[in-house]
Amino acid sequence: MADTESLLDEALQAIEEAADERSLDDLRVLYLGKKGSFTELLKGLGKLAPEDRPAAGESINLAKKQLQGAIEKRKLTLVAAALDAKLGAEKIDVTLPGRRQSAGGLHPITITTERIKKIFMAAGYDVAEGPEIEDEYHNFEALNIPEHHPARAMHDTFYVSPGTVLRTHTSPVQVHVMESGEAPFRMICPGRVYRCDSDLTHTPMFHQVEGLLIDENVSMADLKGTVVEFLRAFFEEDMPVRFRPSYFPFTEPSAEVDMGCVSCGGKGCRICSHTGWLEVMGCGMVHPRVLEMSGVDTNKYSGFAFGMGIERLAMLRYNVSDLRLYFENDVRFLRQFN
Amino acid sequence: MIICESWLREWVNPDFTTEELMTRLTMAGLEVDGVSAVAREFTGIVVAEVEAVEAHPDADKLRVCQVNDGSGVHQVVCGAPNVRAGMKAPFAQIGAEINTGEDKPFKIKAAKLRGVESSGMLCSAEELGLAESSDGLLELANDAPVGTDIRTYLSLDDASIEVDLTPNRGDCLSVAGIAREVGVIAKQDVTALDVAMVPATHQDEFPVKITAADECPRYLGRIIRNVNLGAETPLWMQEKLRRSGLRSIDPIVDVTNFVLMELGQPMHAFDFSKLEGGIEVRLAGDKEKITLLDGKEVEMNPDTLVIADASQPVAMAGIMGGQYTAVSDSTRDVFLECAYFAPLAIAGKARGYGMHTDASHRYERGVDHALQHRAMERATGLLLSIVGGEAGPVTEAVGNLPEQARVSLRYEQVGRQLGISMEKAEIKDIFARLGLQVLSDSESEIHLAVPSYRFDIAIEADLIEEIARIYGYDNIPLASGNNSTKFGRAPETKLDISQLRNHLVALGYQEIISYSFIDPALSDLVCGTATRPIRLQNPISEEMAVMRGSLLPGLLQTLQYNANRQHERLRLFETGLVFQKLGEETRQTARLGGLLSGRRNPKNWNNNNEISDFYDVKGDIESLLDLGANGAGFQFLATEAQGYHPGQCAEVRAADGSSIGVIGALHPSIQRAMGLDTVVYLFELDLAAVLAAEIPVASELSRYPEVSRDLALVIDESVSSGAISQLVRENAGEFLVGLQIFDVYQGDAVTKGKKSVALGLTWQHPSRTLSDEEINAIISSCINALQEQFNANLRN
Repeated sequence: MADTESLLDEALQAIEEAADERSLDDLRVLYLGKKGSFTELLKGLGKLAPEDRPAAGESINLAKKQLQGAIEKRKLTLVAAALDAKLGAEKIDVTLPGRRQSAGGLHPITITTERIKKIFMAAGYDVAEGPEIEDEYHNFEALNIPEHHPARAMHDTFYVSPGTVLRTHTSPVQVHVMESGEAPFRMICPGRVYRCDSDLTHTPMFHQVEGLLIDENVSMADLKGTVVEFLRAFFEEDMPVRFRPSYFPFTEPSAEVDMGCVSCGGKGCRICSHTGWLEVMGCGMVHPRVLEMSGVDTNKYSGFAFGMGIERLAMLRYNVSDLRLYFENDVRFLRQFN
Repeated sequence: MIICESWLREWVNPDFTTEELMTRLTMAGLEVDGVSAVAREFTGIVVAEVEAVEAHPDADKLRVCQVNDGSGVHQVVCGAPNVRAGMKAPFAQIGAEINTGEDKPFKIKAAKLRGVESSGMLCSAEELGLAESSDGLLELANDAPVGTDIRTYLSLDDASIEVDLTPNRGDCLSVAGIAREVGVIAKQDVTALDVAMVPATHQDEFPVKITAADECPRYLGRIIRNVNLGAETPLWMQEKLRRSGLRSIDPIVDVTNFVLMELGQPMHAFDFSKLEGGIEVRLAGDKEKITLLDGKEVEMNPDTLVIADASQPVAMAGIMGGQYTAVSDSTRDVFLECAYFAPLAIAGKARGYGMHTDASHRYERGVDHALQHRAMERATGLLLSIVGGEAGPVTEAVGNLPEQARVSLRYEQVGRQLGISMEKAEIKDIFARLGLQVLSDSESEIHLAVPSYRFDIAIEADLIEEIARIYGYDNIPLASGNNSTKFGRAPETKLDISQLRNHLVALGYQEIISYSFIDPALSDLVCGTATRPIRLQNPISEEMAVMRGSLLPGLLQTLQYNANRQHERLRLFETGLVFQKLGEETRQTARLGGLLSGRRNPKNWNNNNEISDFYDVKGDIESLLDLGANGAGFQFLATEAQGYHPGQCAEVRAADGSSIGVIGALHPSIQRAMGLDTVVYLFELDLAAVLAAEIPVASELSRYPEVSRDLALVIDESVSSGAISQLVRENAGEFLVGLQIFDVYQGDAVTKGKKSVALGLTWQHPSRTLSDEEINAIISSCINALQEQFNANLRN
């Protein structure tokens, strides 16, 4: 019996000192395996007197159980320790940047145009496009701007050849749309336009978006509602909007639209030239001659058109101070919109 | 146009402040651009009389003056050359303050000048802010009341209001015109100017003949004899002109300018002694020349209207007079012209000669054709009062005068066009205020006669606009404009361009917008000289002289611009039209172009800074093409294209075999010419082809297993992977569902001139399991084909 006890003590001691799972397993084999010490002890029971056998067997089995328990316990400790060590060893610097392609970005004019499109498309407008090299008829005559009209002096026109120009506004797209389809019309046309003018506040190319709505019973009240609603949707602000009588050959009545300065809230600042108002677009009821020239029945239909400069809206929305930045394409500027 | 507020208020004086007046004008469509004071701010300056002038004992240029300002006589030292006893001039008393634009106003104090006491200052026009510069005291009229505050005497609490008139409102280009408009807005009568007829004191006439009767419907002439050109324009007139933005020149020009500003009628004065025979208003003859007042000699076009005498053209009608017949110091007799030229005869003409004058500005917008007699009498009266002389009778020649315009309004159109309901009485009140005369009126329609000065009113829409303007645009309600039941269409066979853009953005590309006109030299460098770009007739500069035939020059220029600013890893794209001339046809096609250069990935701690290559741009384009036409069979074929590296360039073809664009490396010689340090990869594709999409048709999923086999070949290096894949596809049967090239190797383990290519093939049958025998047969036929066609061998 003394053998059992001393062996148990020795084994427990060894288990307690086992450094890892592997040596623990070795100990298990050493003491409890097929040829292990306790297995040998059991095998040796036969040598004892029959009356001593039950007690001795019991104590050996008890010791084995105790040993088993100790191994399990030690194993749990060792697994936990190993995991701790592994986790410690696998620690990384999560503040290092990730592995990726850097994202690009859209040009602010595109961002603005897409925003305008989204607003009008939600209101049922289609998007139309047209040529940029345009004939004088569509750019001028069909818009009620005959050859010697003073309004032509306001359009510094680029000529490609006599009778062919770079479109000075997106309004000719109205004409194409009306010529090629049947009323009602409800469309916007964004795009590049060109004027032979280049200084601090003018670039020879810029972008406009033209809108046209022709239907039965369309009045100036609809025009006003549409324009006001658009501006408030675009700027996400319920600023005041005013309509001033103005003149465009292709609309009558015509109006300039001013909105309360979004920078100073109408108090007056540098951006609104201390007037509290920002001129943002021109609009009006489509001139009956324009409708007639494009084959629209003026007894049945009426409608409105509006046009605005996309650069200007983008400047106001994104605080861009210099028009020329748009076309320099300095990536330091462009990336500010990413 | 600049309008003098006090002058305007002589005509109509509503109870508006200057601020209110400006707002009301703006809201009536006469946009006020700005307002400026007509003099400096100052106090303590009064009318004074210089009673005595003596030499200064110690200074040659200074005088010692005794000045009476009504409160007493003050000794003043004055340096003005024109100071003299008996004159009246503005006098700044001790304590007067003048705001000169500095931080603090300038204050007049008692002082000693070269030892002589001076109590106050006699002032020039410049010191009061009435002129840019002066060379002496401002001389006031002899009857100026001594002691009166100069601000009151010269009505200096006045404003110059700048009105930006739209081209249709030529009728407002005068004090009278703006006054009419203010009268309508304020519902006030306008004080009519009393113009007396000037009786003829001699009977000499100069014959006038109109040959161009459409262009010149009316021409009035009058001889004024014995004028004294030494006379000075009175200060009140100079001031009104100055406050209207016009400089005083001489009494005759000043009077014609005054009438121009007051009534809106351009006039011209000739030196009568220089005129021969008679006046003829006609179109210019072939290559006829005239030297104009500004000294410029012009060869005229035959559509130019001229005023000629018996020997030569003496004025370009409605634009500018000639130099030879101009009034000069020696002029004694003047021939005064007051004409109505039709807008179409003048419109665009001045601009055609690079000119723009006050006269042409008015004539091309329209002048009241009934105004000439009144203007002639007004000018004559003013002229005689200043330069004296004797007026002759007015000679009038008449061409085809316009008839009085008549216009009708259907009452229901007011509500239909404006979305308001308005009583007929209110409509008629507006018409009455505008001077429109009712010819007849019924339940549904009103017919009106238009006054000659409202030459812009011709059709019903003009009347509706006037109603809206006077009613007030701001009083028109807001309506939705959303009465349509038709939804917008969203075709699924075409991608939204923003999907394309956003995909490129996710791939790291930055969008740019470059000018559509480019430098022809750059165009030639990148696009070659085989096709000529479309040239502008009037470019801004040579660098912007031709329309782009490709997006690549603009992209490369942008790359160059940014590379010069230390940004060398760039991925850029642009969408837009390119322009080509094909015979007579101008083709405008939308394209998508882009480039990439520099490292494949952003500089980072865990990558090896590999430089991008052809397969980066190709991969991006492949993934882009997958967006719209997934599996539509785009092909990349080796090609040589202008601007590209001949060995790294592929043509992209759509499934139908049509070419949709090119991708590849920039030609090294262009790269060098542009000073670019890194290799650049380009792509340019037809936008419509990239946007083409297919509506997906779903098929059932197979429940049977896939079978995969790999095939490793040794093949001539000249055989393209595309050709291998195509041949394998042709022989791999209809159940092939996947084909990948997963390895390409050239090196020691392979014979020189050969390469090893590994293909992974996958088959699946929709309704049964494919047998090994079937697959083996397919593999054999693939291998046979590859052996026959490309001399390929299976790799051991």
